[in-house]
Amino acid sequence: MSTGYTPSQTVGPYLHIGLDWLNTTELVTSDSAGERCIIQGQLRDADGLPIPDGMLEIWQANSHGKYAHPLDNRDLPIEKSFTGFGRTPTDANGRFRFSTIKPGRVPAANGTLQAPHILVAIFARGLIKQLVTRIYFPGDDHAADQVMLQVPVERRATLIANVVEGQSGVLEWNVAIGGGVHETVFFEL
Amino acid sequence: MLDLRPYRMPAAGSQPDYLSPAYGSTVKRSPSQALILLPQSLSELTGPVFGHERVAPNDADLTRQHAGEPIGERILVAGRVLDEDGKAVPHTLIELWQANAAGRYQHKNDQHQAPLDSNFTGTGRTITDAEGNYRFTTIRPGAYPWRNHPNAWRPAHIHFSLFGQAFATRLVTQMYFPGDPLLEFDPIYNSVPDERARQRMISQFALDLTEPDFALGFRFDIILRGRHATPMEK
Repeated sequence: MSTGYTPSQTVGPYLHIGLDWLNTTELVTSDSAGERCIIQGQLRDADGLPIPDGMLEIWQANSHGKYAHPLDNRDLPIEKSFTGFGRTPTDANGRFRFSTIKPGRVPAANGTLQAPHILVAIFARGLIKQLVTRIYFPGDDHAADQVMLQVPVERRATLIANVVEGQSGVLEWNVAIGGGVHETVFFEL
Repeated sequence: MLDLRPYRMPAAGSQPDYLSPAYGSTVKRSPSQALILLPQSLSELTGPVFGHERVAPNDADLTRQHAGEPIGERILVAGRVLDEDGKAVPHTLIELWQANAAGRYQHKNDQHQAPLDSNFTGTGRTITDAEGNYRFTTIRPGAYPWRNHPNAWRPAHIHFSLFGQAFATRLVTQMYFPGDPLLEFDPIYNSVPDERARQRMISQFALDLTEPDFALGFRFDIILRGRHATPMEK
């Protein structure tokens, strides 16, 4: 018997008609604990041009480091209204923006604690399968993070959001697909 | 104890490469650096959970979302969502979108010279049952031209988006129809190197799903990634 899972195919240029109903850019609700933040940025192609027909999905733990998922059976506070999921299409300038909270630390595959991070999946016309990356937060200790340790030192900065001067709680994190040395780190998982 | 068994990697050729030059849009939108293998953690082994409250019964019947019935050949598309071990993936969200019978999407950027159908939006969603079953009623989408190369036509297809049980199982694919002569010429379908893997994207006509005097049935089982049997360090 042939093994393997159904192949991935691009979302194409008309993804919005099927996917916009689930757009979620405000993950925070009135009872979400933790440090609020805005994460904004731009999705760019190999020429540095904005990708206006893309979509980002994010997945994260709550501020206690707990995932709203049955596999996470650790005894940590769950917040019913905080799902940890976000989705947004990019706008005409390739930009996106999420309002969320900084997640707590969760264990890595080897049992050590990871630095706070948000998972990102990127979809677009021209992407036959989603690209997977992570957002880390500025000012944290990333040196012992098991995933960060897989990444060459000179490329790690692409995974860390930047403080926007003069805008409290706003972080900028851009995604460059292709284009060589400044490309965002993408993962095979 | 946390169950941290990771998901298995795909067999060579069973998934498309990001850079598939015959599909022109991949050239500027594919990574240039090698991907970095990520040791799967609780982050990747969990994923969003969507309950039944998110979908309405009519969401799975694309022929009954407007005042009248859409033009076209009514079809039923049904199947199971399974993992690579053949185990059902229950209670998981499926999102679907497609062109109308004339090959036109209800989308502002689709300027194909074919009629829109005011009775057809072309979007649906459902949640699999306890055995992983799902079922949509829709109309058969038309083929349509695109600008990838001279005289390029997309074979008729329906877009499917699935979450499965983890961030690692997220899948967006396209369902094709059996015997479509356009498949041979389509760079998106053919971006998957392995022929048997490509064929997993083709639905099967199913007389047992076909409802007499109502609609033809097509079976489309969707396979999501399976996990390793035992925990392992990659």
